[in-house]
Amino acid sequence: MSELLDLSTAQAAQSVRAGDLSPAELLSAYREQAEADELGAFLWLPEEPLGVMGTAADAPLAGVPLAVKDIFCVEGVPTTAASRILEGYRPPYTATAVERLAAAGAPMLGKTNMDEFAMGSSNENSAYEPVRNPWSPDRVPGGSSGGSAAAVAGGLAPWSIGTDTGGSIRQPASLCGLVGLKPTYGAVSRYGMIAFASSLDQCGPITRDVTDAALLLRHLVAGGRDPCDSTSVDFPQEIELPSSEDLGGLRVGVVPELSDAATIDAGVKTVFDATLERIEELGGGVEQISLPHSEHGLSAYYVLAPAEASANLSRYDGVRFGLRSGDGDLLSLYERTRADGFGDEVKRRIMLGTYALSSGYYEAYYGRAQRVRTKIAEDFRAAFERVDLVVTPTSPSVAFRLGERTADPMAMYMSDYCTVPMSLAGLPAISIPAGLSEGLPVGFQITGPAFSENRLLAAAHALEQAIGFDSSPARGKAGAPAR
Amino acid sequence: MTTVTTTPTERAYEPVIGLEIHVQLRTQTKMFCGCALSFGDEPNTHTCPVCLGHPGTLPVPNAEAIHFALMIGLALECELAPRSIFHRKNYFYPDLPKGYQISQFDVPLSRSGRLGDVRVHRVHLEEDAAKLVHAGASGRIHGAEASVVDFNRGGTPLVEIVTEPDLSSPEQAGEWLRLLRATLKRLGVSDVNMDEGSLRCDANVSIRPAGTATLGTKTELKNMNSFRFLERGIAAEVTRQEQILRGGGEVEQETLHFDPQTGALSSLRSKEESHDYRYFPEPDLVPLAPTQAMLDRARAALPELPAARAERLERELGLPTDTARLLAFRSELGDFYESALGADGATDPATLASWVTVELVARLGDVDPVESPVSPEALAELVRLVSARSVSGSAAKEVLDAMAAGGGRPEAIVAERGLGLAGAGELEAIVDRAIEANPDAVEKVRAGTGKAMGAIVGAIMRETKGRADGGEVQRMVRERLGLG
Repeated sequence: MSELLDLSTAQAAQSVRAGDLSPAELLSAYREQAEADELGAFLWLPEEPLGVMGTAADAPLAGVPLAVKDIFCVEGVPTTAASRILEGYRPPYTATAVERLAAAGAPMLGKTNMDEFAMGSSNENSAYEPVRNPWSPDRVPGGSSGGSAAAVAGGLAPWSIGTDTGGSIRQPASLCGLVGLKPTYGAVSRYGMIAFASSLDQCGPITRDVTDAALLLRHLVAGGRDPCDSTSVDFPQEIELPSSEDLGGLRVGVVPELSDAATIDAGVKTVFDATLERIEELGGGVEQISLPHSEHGLSAYYVLAPAEASANLSRYDGVRFGLRSGDGDLLSLYERTRADGFGDEVKRRIMLGTYALSSGYYEAYYGRAQRVRTKIAEDFRAAFERVDLVVTPTSPSVAFRLGERTADPMAMYMSDYCTVPMSLAGLPAISIPAGLSEGLPVGFQITGPAFSENRLLAAAHALEQAIGFDSSPARGKAGAPAR
Repeated sequence: MTTVTTTPTERAYEPVIGLEIHVQLRTQTKMFCGCALSFGDEPNTHTCPVCLGHPGTLPVPNAEAIHFALMIGLALECELAPRSIFHRKNYFYPDLPKGYQISQFDVPLSRSGRLGDVRVHRVHLEEDAAKLVHAGASGRIHGAEASVVDFNRGGTPLVEIVTEPDLSSPEQAGEWLRLLRATLKRLGVSDVNMDEGSLRCDANVSIRPAGTATLGTKTELKNMNSFRFLERGIAAEVTRQEQILRGGGEVEQETLHFDPQTGALSSLRSKEESHDYRYFPEPDLVPLAPTQAMLDRARAALPELPAARAERLERELGLPTDTARLLAFRSELGDFYESALGADGATDPATLASWVTVELVARLGDVDPVESPVSPEALAELVRLVSARSVSGSAAKEVLDAMAAGGGRPEAIVAERGLGLAGAGELEAIVDRAIEANPDAVEKVRAGTGKAMGAIVGAIMRETKGRADGGEVQRMVRERLGLG
């Protein structure tokens, strides 16, 4: 049984296709694990297996079950975005991403925990329960896709999808020793993905290795532009399964603004620098580049994302679905429903965003933040004229302790310092585990130009092979080289 | 320019009026989802996750709505934006499922146009709200026992048209709105029915000392759902503002509701209570950049518009202005007229126009003449019979009555009912009898009292039952009396 759970999904799919393993066996093995969840990773598991089991063995994803962040609507299945305000809500339709993966043969295993409405970096903003990091149960898994990451790292799911607005796939992947990919904005349909900040939100895979990430991404984009999402586009190529073993001829840019000692913990910096050496060993060239506006990324992000969120979350008004409080009067319906239904961080961001859009303040906040966003995108464009890829640490620190940053929103927001600029520029970025610090995983982030996912995956694959990181917390810790 | 004043002797102020018109487009489906448009259907039967604002749903713009909006922009001679932006207009209300309306703000689809003598400030696309129904005596949300929402209307494509403040009387505002309505109807983009709310009009009203160029503080009159209410509402508001200024007061910027039953204006909200809509670009939609093909298609779809048609009918056919406008503004009448004119090139255009706009309209009311039993060819034939003096005017009206009731060809009806003009021999005998029977009148006519002729002619006409031409009869009487 444990051998089965050790298979990467690509390997499991191969076994299914070879007839050595049945999709039902695979599913029941993972269901057993998920049912015994002690990490708080799952918010919901189906009574009966869902999806396309009948044809799974022939389907490209061969019936390997998928953990789905609870931000994705699935018809008839409780979908809460980890908020009280959606308690009991069962959507009348299914998200395109979930539908496409199910059609490709990855049935949904269950819905995973997250920060409420994807707002958070530790998963402590879930209205239901915090999630624990499988590497160290008193530490956070990161967020907002913390449940998806913990489920995969803890062996409760073979792979998962999450969403990333400012780092919500990459940072938890980093903290849980996994691969997390945020695709180019527009590559994956947002239809059915509960919106946090529409101009930034993207769906992507959280997996044990780069090949699995490529496999999921391939089927997320394979259907082409989604007519239900006006901002989605046709991905210009097919996503290839990476096989690259070296980085010969690749020019890699290092950004001092996003990797200096003032913001990055020493242990993380050590792993980052070691990874740069590996890049050179693999034949890549490392040079310094500048993204001069990237240090303002976080400030711009915390204006733009809350501004969009303040509107996106207006629909939770108690009129049509979800929680309804109040004494029958219209104003009290609105006030009580939203006071009872939203958690503190969500309320904080609604207020921030409402303020930033208010008459008289719009230019000073929203307008300015948009200009910073444009500048950051221009910085990246200039950088990619000199280099093929840009690398940074994914998170300034390893997984922190539960409760450590809950009282200090600014410290929490710093978790996204290295991931937010790519989100603002709409660029693809992948985090791969690069080593350990204090016995905890450290992520390495690789960014490329828009729609360069194949290049990104190839480089990540070559590095992954060279690093040889073991994504199993039990073995990884045991075999970790002392640093 | 008409000046509206409280009394004829006080001509101190002139109104300055601008209109904001919301037009529901007659598309197959809603603005941002695939639900069918409907009116009067069972509540909440035309809804889906998108137009109910379910979590995770996204808007997809309706290509037909964009096509119609481009047609409107072109018809109103606007500049079309190469790239316009949708914005979110944020406010909480139960008829607004997402908590924001997708509309356009600082970069609308088109701007700087003109219709007739009124400049058009802007034309933009947006989505309609759902419909709230309030139970209880007040009929409004305040004091209602309960309110229910019908989401069928929610998401219906709307075009908002905003004019410059170029109107200066309630009547002019009403007249211009009629022209706009006729134009939109001609374009075929909307039902433009004010009763059903597919055409809705708000008015911005201020007054200023006559002849000056300053603008006074304006108020906004909401949602007057007929031409009459629009004119009455504006008139009432102008009067109210004049009274305030004459009393030494100041007009406050506010939004007003006009009650057509009582004629009263009540405040909906003051400037202080006005919403901060926190507009920002809608991140779920990409900018609307019409392609050359879209523009070509919109241009090709433009029919001749009422203003141009009225001008042409007046210039080419010599029709009186009012007749030409009536034919152009009610395009179905215009179509009927032009088709009748084509059926019989010999008919005098002005005479035929008068038969269409006066006699036919009197018999059909608001019914589209295409749906009446009177065919354009038949009417043309009738007018030709009158012109050829084969039938008298009054007999022709009787023929038209018969045609309007049951169709048929005029010549057949004239023959069947014996309505043809009396023959010369028959008429002479009748004239002789009339002279004999009215010696007093004859005496007076001989004495030069012209009025007395009426009694003789009247008697003749009664006897012929209208089958004689009044002028011809008069000539015969004078001849018989030797008055040549």
